[in-house]
Amino acid sequence: MPIFKERSTKNSSGKWVNDKNIAMRIIVPIKQVPSSDDVQLDPQTGTLIRQGVEAIVNPLDLYAIETALSIRDKHGGEIIVISMGPAQAAEALREAISMGADEAVLLCDSVFAGSDTYATAYVLSTAIKRLGEYDLIICGERATDGETGQVGPGIASFLNLPVITYVSKIDELIENHRKQSKHPEGIRVHRLIETGYEIIKADLPVVLTVVKEIAIPRLPTLAGKIRARNLQIPIWSASDLGIEKNQVGLTGSLTKVVKIHKPCIVRKSEKITVENELSRQEAINRLISILQDKLLL
Amino acid sequence: MIDKNNLINNTQSYGGVWILAEVAGKAIDKVSFELLSRGRQLADARSTELSAVVLGWRINQSDLEELIARGADKVIFVESPQLEHFLVEPHSACLLELIKQYRPEILIAAATTTGRTLMPYLAVRARAGLTADCTELKIDKETGGLLQIRPAIGGNVLATIITPAARPQMATVRPRSTKPAPMQKGRTGEIVRINPPADLLKSCLQRLGFESDQSTHSIQDADIIVAVGRGIGNARNIRIVEELADALDAAIGASREVVDRGWLGYPHQVGLSGKTVTPKLYIAIGISGAVQHLAGMQTAETIVAINEDPQAPIFTVADFGIIGDLFEIVPALTERVRQARKK
Ligand SMILES: Cc1cc2nc3c(=O)[nH]c(=O)nc-3n(C[C@H](O)[C@H](O)[C@H](O)COP(=O)(O)OP(=O)(O)OC[C@H]3O[C@@H](n4cnc5c(N)ncnc54)[C@H](O)[C@@H]3O)c2cc1C
Repeated sequence: MPIFKERSTKNSSGKWVNDKNIAMRIIVPIKQVPSSDDVQLDPQTGTLIRQGVEAIVNPLDLYAIETALSIRDKHGGEIIVISMGPAQAAEALREAISMGADEAVLLCDSVFAGSDTYATAYVLSTAIKRLGEYDLIICGERATDGETGQVGPGIASFLNLPVITYVSKIDELIENHRKQSKHPEGIRVHRLIETGYEIIKADLPVVLTVVKEIAIPRLPTLAGKIRARNLQIPIWSASDLGIEKNQVGLTGSLTKVVKIHKPCIVRKSEKITVENELSRQEAINRLISILQDKLLL
Repeated sequence: MIDKNNLINNTQSYGGVWILAEVAGKAIDKVSFELLSRGRQLADARSTELSAVVLGWRINQSDLEELIARGADKVIFVESPQLEHFLVEPHSACLLELIKQYRPEILIAAATTTGRTLMPYLAVRARAGLTADCTELKIDKETGGLLQIRPAIGGNVLATIITPAARPQMATVRPRSTKPAPMQKGRTGEIVRINPPADLLKSCLQRLGFESDQSTHSIQDADIIVAVGRGIGNARNIRIVEELADALDAAIGASREVVDRGWLGYPHQVGLSGKTVTPKLYIAIGISGAVQHLAGMQTAETIVAINEDPQAPIFTVADFGIIGDLFEIVPALTERVRQARKK
């Protein structure tokens, strides 16, 4: 059972009860991904085969960890990293600890394997509920293996919280006007969209997904590495979370991969090798005529 | 959390194809017309109706009519000042109500910052399957289900994904992965206006302001992209391609190597983890043509590659390849373009 101190969640009127002694609590869900794109797919299930491939923390999650760390640097508090994955995903959690995160939980159960983004967000949000009170959940923009970016908003939806995606800057944490609480009341951020930046204010708790622009992830420290090596990381299974087998994994997923194929590209390619002044002129003439044909000049 | 009674996921009782029109301020964004082109094909294959859903405020009647002219049979316009800008809760709540009421079998949206936020949020609420960033959508002739095709594992392969039981079948579609549906004179359709009840419009988020930055936009709208890779050597040399881009009135694209080294900003990145572009002409300069890069540009109308390595994979997708030193070729090309433009 949890190593976490019991925390008040909501009182009968649904208001957050702020314990004066607890500063901010930030949860960062992270994913372990293959270090290269050289991974194989299981032709039967269409899911990734992870064995034998070097695994790293999803590079985009490092920005979420860094965002949490810099908020904690300024405002104090506690950072909990969680990850759903095989036993070796504990290594990803240890890396986050070595960067400075406080606690980690691994969500590991064979029934989780093959979960789509819906089932994954369900597992993560169920675990987050079990962690008790929190102020912020910060996710990376997407994982570099699945490339969907759907889990962050999915977690928010399961938790009934709003989500601000593509956050590129934390402008400020808005203090609680009652002052006696260390919990900020809200947050103001910049959000990167196609045409510029939106400035969004939210009440806490809220889910953020962050983009690269937000920070430069720090490196692990020696002290952090030692702490990471010695830290006991609790492992929560489906039954710990009260999750039924048919709600997760391939059976609990709403989408199924049915086919994998190589894309084929056909273009009749014409080539000119530039070795001297003459061939250079020839190449440039050809390009100019392409531009003219396409009415681009 | 999974409320099975919330929506009865009985596939038979769902019908009709929906696209979620993208709204930019008080106008319909062009990406919506790409969705109409996808949606029309799907609706025809299913012999059903195509509806365009618009969430917004004070959208011109002529804009709504344009959706019909470009392929929609019906436009459902949910109007409220609270829907003027995208905020996830009211947008999701309104769409969820519409889904419950009309029960579409397919709902597609653009894989934009809006679509990629709203759709996963809504999919959980609707208990619907969702596939991100599809580059192709088809109807399975046997089952009538939606085949959702997207690049996977670093763009090395294409995965086909289905949603066997849950409805609606939801997908986001990569912008610029298809041509916008053309205007057809004389097409008719129905426009339904809905004023949503206040309880659907509540939000814990507030949009305080907006800072415009068009630098992120230009590459996806450009007719010509001059893209630069690691072959350029250093940040100072970027000037060489900037001059060519300037002469051609082109936007500048970049490989990830160039962006990771800080020679150009992320908005310029083309490829799997950057933007997908379909310009009329793509000129790749000093780019090797890794699959992840090709994933973002191989649908360009014409591709020209300049690279000193005749074996570079970029040549396999190029219509015209120039094998040689970019430092010799590009400045000379810029000069010729300038002369040609002067005439
Ligand atoms: C999950 C994942 C996602 C990725 N996403 C992207 C993405 O979105 N976009 C992207 O671009 N990459 C992406 N990559 C990286 C990709 O695999 C390649 O590393 C990258 O595209 C290579 O960039 P490049 O072509 O500029 O560099 P290189 O591969 O180093 O190629 C440089 C080229 O320049 C040529 N050259 C050198 N000097 C000259 C000269 N003087 N004249 C002419 N030619 C010269 C060389 O012959 C060479 O072909 C991704 C990788 C992964 C694993």
